[in-house]
Amino acid sequence: MRDVAIIAFAQLPSVRRDVTREEVELVQPVVAAALAQAHLRREDVGFTVSGSCDYLLGRPFSFVMALDAVAPWPPIHESHVEMDGAWALWEAWVRLQAGDIDTALIYAYGKSSLGDLPEVLVQQLDPYVVAPLGADAVGLAALQARALIDAGRVTERGLAELAAARRRQAADNPCAQRRAPRSADELLAEPYQVAPLRAHACPPISDGACAVVLAAGDTARRLVSSPAWIRGIDHRIEPHQLGMRDLTASPSTRLAAERAGALGGRFDLAELHAPFAHQEVILRDALGLDDGVAINPSGGALSANPMMVAGLARLGEAATRLMTGQGRRAVAHATSGPCLQHNLVCVLERDV
Amino acid sequence: MDTDVLSAPYVLEYTYQRSTGPVIGRFLTALRDARLEGVRTSAGKVLVPPLEYDPETGEATGDPVEVGQSGTVTTWSWVHAPRRFHPLDRPFAWALVKLDGADTAMLHAVDAGTPTVMATGMRVTARWRAERTGSIRDLECFVPAGGASR
Amino acid sequence: MSAPPDERPPVTVLQAPVRLDYTVTAGHHLSTYLRALADRKIVGGRCPECHKVYLPARGACPTCGVPADAPVEVADQGTVTTFCVIRIPFDAAPFPPPYVAVAILLDGADMPIFHLVRGIEPDAARMGMRVRAVWVPDDQLGPTLASIRWFEATGEPDAPFEAIASHL
Repeated sequence: MRDVAIIAFAQLPSVRRDVTREEVELVQPVVAAALAQAHLRREDVGFTVSGSCDYLLGRPFSFVMALDAVAPWPPIHESHVEMDGAWALWEAWVRLQAGDIDTALIYAYGKSSLGDLPEVLVQQLDPYVVAPLGADAVGLAALQARALIDAGRVTERGLAELAAARRRQAADNPCAQRRAPRSADELLAEPYQVAPLRAHACPPISDGACAVVLAAGDTARRLVSSPAWIRGIDHRIEPHQLGMRDLTASPSTRLAAERAGALGGRFDLAELHAPFAHQEVILRDALGLDDGVAINPSGGALSANPMMVAGLARLGEAATRLMTGQGRRAVAHATSGPCLQHNLVCVLERDV
Repeated sequence: MDTDVLSAPYVLEYTYQRSTGPVIGRFLTALRDARLEGVRTSAGKVLVPPLEYDPETGEATGDPVEVGQSGTVTTWSWVHAPRRFHPLDRPFAWALVKLDGADTAMLHAVDAGTPTVMATGMRVTARWRAERTGSIRDLECFVPAGGASR
Repeated sequence: MSAPPDERPPVTVLQAPVRLDYTVTAGHHLSTYLRALADRKIVGGRCPECHKVYLPARGACPTCGVPADAPVEVADQGTVTTFCVIRIPFDAAPFPPPYVAVAILLDGADMPIFHLVRGIEPDAARMGMRVRAVWVPDDQLGPTLASIRWFEATGEPDAPFEAIASHL
């Protein structure tokens, strides 16, 4: 395997509704900032790949609209995934293994404010026997939360305490959306969205974008002083029918972690893409993380959840912390689909 | 600055007609007859709703199996404010229901009236629409066994 | 009342319509362009690096990757870069066919806009033809390209091919 590292990460502050920016205007600032951090010119990027979802914007092939931000003239080597940008990063990592290019630019954007997000997310479900029921993402996540509560692994108070802790961490993250501190008691006083989930245990609806630059081997060392090396990366998926899965566990995260070399290792921090509070409990258990690991120091997806961005942002947030000396080893995770259906795990490490 | 920005309503509509294939088609045909059917895998598991291929082996699934009209709730959530696209227009539960004779649970709504009636492990039974067309919505919802709430 | 179940053929097709409601926003650059049309003005944006003028202004120049949004008003007349003649009727057709759809390089712009030309025989449409905007009456002006009803021939001599060669 070729050594590949994250060498830059930039993101927009997540907001509930950003009416001034269209696709290209979301992407251009983060691409420019990430390339500047990486000391790269656009024409030096070997491969560009993005993650986004047309249904969010109600615009078929909306990713084409964003392409101007990466200056595709003269023509560039480019790809797109209709998924979270973390999977775009996976594609870029695989592409860099071919050895003929040394750098890749990954970006993701999501604008959930244009439509009714719960309604839009119904479109990701089985179209024959689930989508016609209009099963919304919060209702499905609440099924998972109940199963975890029934199994004695978490309580509603525990979810509120977890959410309060993430808010405290988000207060230090200028790009987070939910930054106002709240006590667990205050959060527990909120009404249910879909019981047993209250608003604090669900993600905010966000507009946002982020970009990451990858570089291989000596190129990474030349461009930045402390690259965040990708020591392992893998992703695994489970069946789409919820009734065929054990919702209280994440065997796909476990398997991806095993393949990425994330089990049994020492980590200083973990960035886990847990849009719902109880999912953090499931992921922590699947990854075998103990109390010594700082979980979601950025505030995580409970504090900002731009769709298609929040997974890539976990990798970027973890890498940034390593590059700035806030730890030596990190595990980052991204998820996709209802109730943690599809999971990506990445082990990041900074040279001593 | 926001006031400078124009906005307009926009509707995206697709009039998709989906081919069901033989396995889902058979399930939907059974629903139209107010029956619930799964399929058996080579390991003997009964999958409801049915799948064309066994998720554990990738092999084609086998014969259809009729399962019970009642089952057990394996987990549930409570919707206080139904949305316009939900199956019921009053507060209801989402539930995964393992039907009698099935090895997997299916998602549907439970018309329980109040969340205090709901519990994991409770028994529920199917309530059918009078007019059925071959859709998962032919099964209007489940109701707590031993009496509907309305 | 539906037929008894056993008389209907087995289900082979599921009606699965999708309807999603959005409130689309035009963004800052497109809004500026559309609002100007309500004042009978056509406003684009200039790229600070390559100096090309785009209609509307863009969040990024596709060549330079930087915002191309320094405001520039361009003329409401220009040169046809290419065209086609619509001869087949369809529901959304604005006029009974045949009619002429064109790409027009407005004077002062580097990127053509698409519109219609009226008042000429379809066979008279040609590349290089000079045209000008025919605006709707004041009380019908709005933040939309429909503020221009169509374009008409100016009667000037055609522009040479070199004038449009790099804009096709």
